[in-house]
Amino acid sequence: MSVDRLPVLKTYKLFLGGAFPRTESGRSWPIEGRKGEVFAHLCLGSRKDLRNAVVAARKAQDGWSRRDAYNRGQVLYRMAEMLEGKTAEFASAMAETVPGGVRRARKEVEAAVDRLVAYAGWADKFSQVLGCNNPVAGPFYNFTVAEAMGVVGVVAPKEEALLGLVSLLAPVLVAGNTAIVIGSETDPLATALFGEVCATSDVPPGVVNLITGKREELLEVMATHRDIDGLAAAQCSKGERILLESGIAENLKRVTIEKVKGKDWYDVEQMHSPYRIQPFVEMKTIWHPSGS
Amino acid sequence: MSPSPEVKNPPELEFGNAWEYAAAPESVKVDIADKYGMFINGAFVAPMSRKYMDTINPGNEEVLSKIAVANEDDVERAVAAAKAAFPKWKRLKASERAKYLFRIARRLQERAREFSVLETLDGGKPIKESRDVDIPEAVKHFFYHAGWADKLDYAFPGRKGRPLGVCAQIIPWNFPLLMAAWKIAPALACGNTVVLKPAETTSLTALRLAEIFVEVGLPPGVVNIITGAGDTGAALVAHKDVQKVAFTGSTAVGKAIAQECAGSGKRLTLELGGKSPNIIFEDASLDQAVDGIVQGIFFNQGHVCCAGSRLFVQEGVMQEVLAKLEVRMQSLRVGDPMDKNTDLGAINSLGQLATIKRYLEVGEAEGAQRHQPSVKLPKRGYYLPPTWFTGVQPSHTIAREEIFGPVLSVMSFRTPEEAIARANNTPYGLAAGIWTDKGSKIFDIASRLKAGVVWCNTYNRFDAASPFGGYKQSGFGREGGRQGLLSYLELV
Repeated sequence: MSVDRLPVLKTYKLFLGGAFPRTESGRSWPIEGRKGEVFAHLCLGSRKDLRNAVVAARKAQDGWSRRDAYNRGQVLYRMAEMLEGKTAEFASAMAETVPGGVRRARKEVEAAVDRLVAYAGWADKFSQVLGCNNPVAGPFYNFTVAEAMGVVGVVAPKEEALLGLVSLLAPVLVAGNTAIVIGSETDPLATALFGEVCATSDVPPGVVNLITGKREELLEVMATHRDIDGLAAAQCSKGERILLESGIAENLKRVTIEKVKGKDWYDVEQMHSPYRIQPFVEMKTIWHPSGS
Repeated sequence: MSPSPEVKNPPELEFGNAWEYAAAPESVKVDIADKYGMFINGAFVAPMSRKYMDTINPGNEEVLSKIAVANEDDVERAVAAAKAAFPKWKRLKASERAKYLFRIARRLQERAREFSVLETLDGGKPIKESRDVDIPEAVKHFFYHAGWADKLDYAFPGRKGRPLGVCAQIIPWNFPLLMAAWKIAPALACGNTVVLKPAETTSLTALRLAEIFVEVGLPPGVVNIITGAGDTGAALVAHKDVQKVAFTGSTAVGKAIAQECAGSGKRLTLELGGKSPNIIFEDASLDQAVDGIVQGIFFNQGHVCCAGSRLFVQEGVMQEVLAKLEVRMQSLRVGDPMDKNTDLGAINSLGQLATIKRYLEVGEAEGAQRHQPSVKLPKRGYYLPPTWFTGVQPSHTIAREEIFGPVLSVMSFRTPEEAIARANNTPYGLAAGIWTDKGSKIFDIASRLKAGVVWCNTYNRFDAASPFGGYKQSGFGREGGRQGLLSYLELV
């Protein structure tokens, strides 16, 4: 029997600086679906792509952090809206590579939407929870505010690729940081598709940069790059933890590796906490005389 | 930049050497033992290493006493004591834990004079600073954190804080007792136990604090104090039963500690070096600003991690600021730290004096102009006149590296944008100063400086209720205030 119509196989690209470039390395990566047939191709991102992403993220950081908190909340909420609208597309793509079928994938996408909504709501509140006025002994007005840390590298977990990625990314973004994300290898489609959410939801170019590729290739650049200020990671082996935390010795990176996996990602009470934003802010304390 | 201008008819207060030596706390006799063991499990014990080292008075180079040099066996003993004490201390009713800290605060307050004198003898800082800053602030840290012990459930709404376990704490020589208080008070309030290692040149006040722990009946093993140099600290950091490492010191050592701890699961906070900018705008109150410059860089002989060592002056007022600074510098009194009129005491050690002198040479060799007031330094002891450099370029070594001494680099700027860019152009980010009478400018500049503490129209202010700590390579974690508790708690 002849095929009526040949399907168009999409090649998913990286998301860097607000655009969808191919990897500079020219490498690609076939993705096999449930039936073992290749149904898409992905860019296999390189170390150089990652370094380019850091440049884009650095360029975007000041502007993003200086936006009103209210505005950052609106952008995160817009991401939630766009992801909600693409639920079916995400679920069917994710079900191709992750066991559990479309129903499981759908549940993961919905949890990711809810996570974005929760953090959108934190945008203009978390600094009220994390900061405060300080009653110093003396004629001074003294207060502590939470400020953005800078450029943060995100290492998404292998499993719960979309929900994990969004859970690590949202607290980083809401605080005014820009991010470079290494997506999951086991479910890379979620990462690739997420770029299309960012591109259509008023996220300024460079604020989110998504790289699909191999952890073992990219992790060292994440750890040693001197223009990355912090790291957010999950589901790391002992060796990966040592590698990432060696980044502290490089340039005093703030490294946060969450011990979260499986069902934990769905624990709303833990996951929607402002104390998950706290590792990605710098507390600034300001003094001024207030009479004598 | 033009060299320092001629000072014309300065409104000078001629103090000269009008006063004889004036010892402030002459009524206090401080007994110092010939040698000190370590404080482990509630008692002073001789080191298993059997080794001791001299601790000297940098004000006159006389040996004050000998302190133990702890080896790995001693570290083992101290950590074991802290580990054994942890379960009971953690379970102790929080309000009772608080009362131990209140007791420590009260006894330290009562013995403040004795501690002030000892601090100045051992470290070389002016007695007026030990008396008015170091010791009262140390007391306040214990009082402040005592109150937190039974209120931790209110500190982080929605979460409960749990103690971490044995905390290894390594502190520097610039504020010996105060740094011990910064480290010990929050750790204990949060229910942790401690092994503290003071700096090898300034261990005496920490060891005396141990006497207070005995006096107030603090359970044995809750705080242990071991003495020694870098090897001792390294052994402590590497110990497998340590759950938390808190270090204050140089960025280089902080990085080595971070490498050692990578992947170990140990929690880490680091308070490291700085090269903090102090920015004077044209619309500042210049007399106050000049006082702030002096307070910023010459407080504690410049042995301050947040010292305002890079001075940026807006071009239009540069000449005036330099003229006022020169007058002010002439009135600083340098000399015997035990004299209550002394502004600048002794440099902490011979090694540090050599380091600072090397920077002075480098500064001149690279083309900056050195200025020092004419002062008569004591014959014995480690002294250096307060120094400022003009003609400093951003690329000069003295504008980039932490000197940790009474050395100021003066540079100019034209616009606020330039000031911000140059102030932030450093791997450090501990503190910054802003001087202007314009409120909106203060808030704008303060929000754009990458620094953990920003002093506006003031400098070098500290308080137990005010979080302190750096951005970037000045370290991470905060000390003091509610945010400082996070360094010693796990939120569940």
